[in-house]
Amino acid sequence: MATVIFSGELEKLTGDIRTEISSTVYRDMVTELVARYPALSRQLLEEMAVAIDGVIIVDPLLEELLEDSEVHFLHFVAGG
Amino acid sequence: MSEAKQYKYIGTRSIRPDGFDKVTGRANYGADMSLPGMIWGKILRSPHAHAKIKSIDTTKAEALAGVLAIASYNDFPSVADEVVATGEGSSNLLDLANNILAKDKVLYHGHAILAIGARTAAIAEQALGLVEIEYEVLKPVLDVNDAMAADAPVLHDNMFTQGLAETPTKASNIAARQEFKMGDVEAGFAEADLIVERDFYTPTVHQGYIEPHACTARYDADGQSMLWCSTQGHFDVRASTAKLLSLNLNRLKVIASEIGGGFGGKTTVYLEPVALILSKKSGRPVKMIMDRDEVFKASGPGSATRNWVKIGAKKDGTITAMQALLHYEAGAFKGSPVMMGCMTAFTPYAVPNMYVEGYDVVVNKPKVAAYRAPGAPQAEYAAEMVVNEIADKLGIDPIDLRLQNAAKEGTQTIYGPKLKAVGLVECLEAAKNSPQYQEALKENQGRGVAAGFWFNVGGQSSVTLNMNPDGTGTIVEGSPDIGGSRASMQLMAAEELGMPAENLKPIIGDTENVAFSAGTGGSRTTFATGMAVIEAAQDVVRQLKERSAAVWNLTADQIEYAEGETFSGDNRMTVAEICAGAERTGGQITGRGNINARGAGPSFAVHLCDVEVDKDTGKVDVLRYTAVQDAGKAIHPSYVEGQLQGGAVQGIGWALNEEYVYSADGHMENAGFLDYRIPLASDLPMIDAIIVEVPNPFHPFGVRGVGESGIIPPLAATAYAVSQAIGLPITDLPCSPPNVLKVIQDNA
Repeated sequence: MATVIFSGELEKLTGDIRTEISSTVYRDMVTELVARYPALSRQLLEEMAVAIDGVIIVDPLLEELLEDSEVHFLHFVAGG
Repeated sequence: MSEAKQYKYIGTRSIRPDGFDKVTGRANYGADMSLPGMIWGKILRSPHAHAKIKSIDTTKAEALAGVLAIASYNDFPSVADEVVATGEGSSNLLDLANNILAKDKVLYHGHAILAIGARTAAIAEQALGLVEIEYEVLKPVLDVNDAMAADAPVLHDNMFTQGLAETPTKASNIAARQEFKMGDVEAGFAEADLIVERDFYTPTVHQGYIEPHACTARYDADGQSMLWCSTQGHFDVRASTAKLLSLNLNRLKVIASEIGGGFGGKTTVYLEPVALILSKKSGRPVKMIMDRDEVFKASGPGSATRNWVKIGAKKDGTITAMQALLHYEAGAFKGSPVMMGCMTAFTPYAVPNMYVEGYDVVVNKPKVAAYRAPGAPQAEYAAEMVVNEIADKLGIDPIDLRLQNAAKEGTQTIYGPKLKAVGLVECLEAAKNSPQYQEALKENQGRGVAAGFWFNVGGQSSVTLNMNPDGTGTIVEGSPDIGGSRASMQLMAAEELGMPAENLKPIIGDTENVAFSAGTGGSRTTFATGMAVIEAAQDVVRQLKERSAAVWNLTADQIEYAEGETFSGDNRMTVAEICAGAERTGGQITGRGNINARGAGPSFAVHLCDVEVDKDTGKVDVLRYTAVQDAGKAIHPSYVEGQLQGGAVQGIGWALNEEYVYSADGHMENAGFLDYRIPLASDLPMIDAIIVEVPNPFHPFGVRGVGESGIIPPLAATAYAVSQAIGLPITDLPCSPPNVLKVIQDNA
């Protein structure tokens, strides 16, 4: 199962540093996380970028998660 | 991945496709568009840094002959409290509107209040002087320390600090708090033999683009309005302007002019919605141009910051813990790049224990805008200065110390993911082997080393590649070319199609003739738009094969393509032959590439700076400078070198001279290039640029963006060189003659 690792900011809402998820697609993962952690809102997660196996994705939806995928939510990065 | 591949066109120094127009003065910039019946718009700006607007009387201005329209905040049809995409990020729509034209309170010297459209610029200017405004002047706050004080005047009564355990009930100037942590920083410090901590200050600085903001707008009652403007992202201009004026996107065409510099500062809107309002009210096209004074006072500079950094290391040079407290000025409205400062400050280091806390603070200065690697130079300046001090105190070469602790593939970052393949070690080794590093220093001279990290981003890019009947092609991209991207697109298409670059003409499409593309920024264009070009070229190749297959009575999978020809057995056709007969095989050929690019590879940079300081005057001369950076693959090496050199020069200016100077009542006192001192060519030696190529595995040619990392190291490289030359610690920028002299005299 893929592993989600929470930032310090999200850890305050989940109480966990990491969790395993059974979803195999980003969209389903968000649903799974929101159901597991009531303090997490879908809007909060969807406003964040995500890094799946080190690749930062700004606007994810259908990205696949592998058995050993590592997922991090992070803030949107803007450049100049 | 392309590591060992030899390219025919990529990596060559082709002639830039926009060069002739620019050197002959034929290129059309933001101020160069004129239309029949056009009038001029001018902005009335606040003389106060902080004041309530009690009343506005425009009667006399309206009565002046030649005045055709006046625009104010009330002319925005509807402004909701919502977030909109504004180029390199997002903005609150209310804040955006309030920054463009103040509603009932002015928040900085130069804040726009209203605009007047008149037959001539002189009449518009005269009319501004006839507007009568009554203010209630308030005390300004001009620094994060003042703004965060318990009794500080509050800019926004409805701003409550976000990011705390509980949202406060009392409004303050602290918009948000961020926190990033990894490992156990206290345990890390307990392991250390040496701990160094210091406070640093960096001033408000401007991007210093040579071309001021300018636009021409034509509002058409039939719903086909047009904006011509100097911007890094014309689709974002369309989105913001349409939202502010309640227009459907297909009712507004935005054309990106040639652009004379942006560096992040042209990723939002200032004049464009106002010009369109004036055009709507007057029934005439409207041109608006900021002068330099306005650019300094009222466009978005880079944040001033006050940052504290603490680093612990063992005697052998192993860094055990890194901690920072960052305070960034946002200007008048929330949204400084402090979060990026938090995320980048320590990323060049593979250290298990890190903690960074950041605050976004509003002050009575113009709302900050992106500036090349926004947020990173300030935070990494503080971190790199302390790393250098640690190296000195431990008696370890500063490059060796960095090599010992360098981030590499697999290093855990404080912001989440582990790094993929990166080239910091290669950059450090190249710097160590550079001719400059072998040079001996003389009396009153010093050397500084610094590293820099920037993420780089991908995002949406759209390209069409229209093939002509003679086999040449036109690449229509949606990314304004601010750093030579047309040449890069040309070379990547040439490589993919196996045909000479000069046969492929790159142009920037307007918002109607190419699909949405994110703005040029975040060092994304060569990476992301390049991928769209490659996809479009591959689409063309696919069609060329299909057409050839039809002619030869074969299937497309039986056709090969190379060097501008299709072939199968003895059959062979050039691109020109296929395109010449396209009308008989299904019509003209157009390739499309519409992508949302993922996998942008971070770029690390390492800079060396040698300076000499005149201890009697405090004047600093840069003697030698080397900029090393990982480009992944340099598509056009001359442009990459230019990015490295340009970043270095801007960063040197930030380190040595550039700063906004404000009076106690919040008036900006140096709004011009005579008093705001950017480096001149005569100030600096040739910047030696060394390109390192560690391919980005997620780009077909290995590209990494190079536009931003180069501005990060110069602050610390230069300031630490000054510190070495005078034998005293430097903490506050700029290292201008009076500031350096003060450090020397205070320690005499």
